[in-house]
Amino acid sequence: MSASANGAHRELALELHDVEFAYPDGVPALRGVSLQVPAGEKVALIGANGAGKSTLLMQLNGILRGRGEIRVLGRVLSDASVREIRALIGLLFANPDDQLFSPTVLDDVAFGPLHMGLPKPEVQRRVTEALKQVGMSGFEARMPHHLSMGQKKRVAIATVLAMGTPILALDEPTASLSPGARYELIALLQSLPQTMLVSTHDLGALPGVFTRVVVLDEGRIVADGETATILADHDLLHAHGLDEAHGLPHA
Amino acid sequence: MSLVFALGDRYVTRASVVHRADGRVKLALTLGYVLLVTATPHAHWLALAALALPVAALVAVARLPLDVVLKRSALALPFVLAAVPLAFTTPGELVATVPLLGWTATREGAEAVATILAKSWISVVLACVLTASTTPTELVHALRGLRVPALLAAVIFFTYRYLFTIGDEGSRLMRSRDSRSAAIAGYRSGGTLRWRAGILGSMVGTLFLRSYERSERVFAAMQSRGYDGEPRFLDPPTLHRSELAGAALLLLYAALVQAYVRLG
Repeated sequence: MSASANGAHRELALELHDVEFAYPDGVPALRGVSLQVPAGEKVALIGANGAGKSTLLMQLNGILRGRGEIRVLGRVLSDASVREIRALIGLLFANPDDQLFSPTVLDDVAFGPLHMGLPKPEVQRRVTEALKQVGMSGFEARMPHHLSMGQKKRVAIATVLAMGTPILALDEPTASLSPGARYELIALLQSLPQTMLVSTHDLGALPGVFTRVVVLDEGRIVADGETATILADHDLLHAHGLDEAHGLPHA
Repeated sequence: MSLVFALGDRYVTRASVVHRADGRVKLALTLGYVLLVTATPHAHWLALAALALPVAALVAVARLPLDVVLKRSALALPFVLAAVPLAFTTPGELVATVPLLGWTATREGAEAVATILAKSWISVVLACVLTASTTPTELVHALRGLRVPALLAAVIFFTYRYLFTIGDEGSRLMRSRDSRSAAIAGYRSGGTLRWRAGILGSMVGTLFLRSYERSERVFAAMQSRGYDGEPRFLDPPTLHRSELAGAALLLLYAALVQAYVRLG
């Protein structure tokens, strides 16, 4: 796992050192994860259901706290630094119904910038800009939970973009989207300049967006490499529940 | 940390006689016993101790962890708070005065509060034994067995079933809020107390709206599978004579304690 191979002098956006986490019921979810992501890199996190992808993403901004060390742009994650770290890393939850808690789209997208104490015109500017980026301008007054799945996903991403974080941690951004909505989302991810760690089951979207893929299984990193290399390794994908074994049966 | 862990499951898995006993018997026993405990006269400590004894025995036989029972029975405390004014309003021998306010407590008043505390605590511990030794499904069956209307039994069952779902949903919303509660240098973060309270208020509103809409979806899904309001069970439990006898003995004991107190 050398992050220095093609970016020797790039600053590290994320550094995880031996991160372990168990849920309160005692089930271990992460068993010693070490990972480095240089600034500007877009890394995909793949793995079967229950592999620990969401748990790992929730460690990054201190929503879940386990053992081991996490550094975000060089700052160690701790009780004292957690608020500042949340201004550096935007976390998108897998289910937009979890992400969106406000009565209107506007309230939700404005929440992050307002909490940071930014002046009103700046909040306004960020909300407008974020909604434009995800193609949801004009939806400000709508109720988030009555939007379509694709629209909810895009508003949820806008709530993160409005915070202006240099790093994005996205949990299954393309899940449950129709093909057209999925395509637009992939195009959006391509166009965004932020450092990204994105969990996904959408292997088809990997080559277009991500240069690097990390494979997680049972709370451990089992592979970490260039996208093309990982996707070509059918034995690896099969061993970790990431292919359809023999293909789907024909009708 | 979050709502989910505060809302732990009530049932405590054990292999005891109390756990095996029919839910209907346990429910009837609990209701009857609580009624008899309530009938204890003012400040009759010996009677209250005699009534607490079988409840303690049930906790022991069911092998329930003592700390769990104590923690859950603390639920009785807020109700006692409502009884505290009695200490000052009951006429009798003066024992203390609240400084500044000049309220005076009487011995009789203090005893009344202590009696209410003891009665509610015995009752709540018994209810804890019931919920810790009976699964929610069994309890619904028991409620129906005691002729509680199907609608009411269903409401109780679904409240329990979805409490956890809604609790989880609430804690996920809070995670989302916390994820975006950031601070940057040079700006005062967090907004005003009023703003934060407004956010929390709208979160509660959102949760209510979603729960309401979820209930309609759940109901539609149940109707699609033929739900008609009557809970049905794969394996209805059968009444055992020994369990009935055990419950009857406990109720008889409590009734005798009351009779002794009043007549003796």
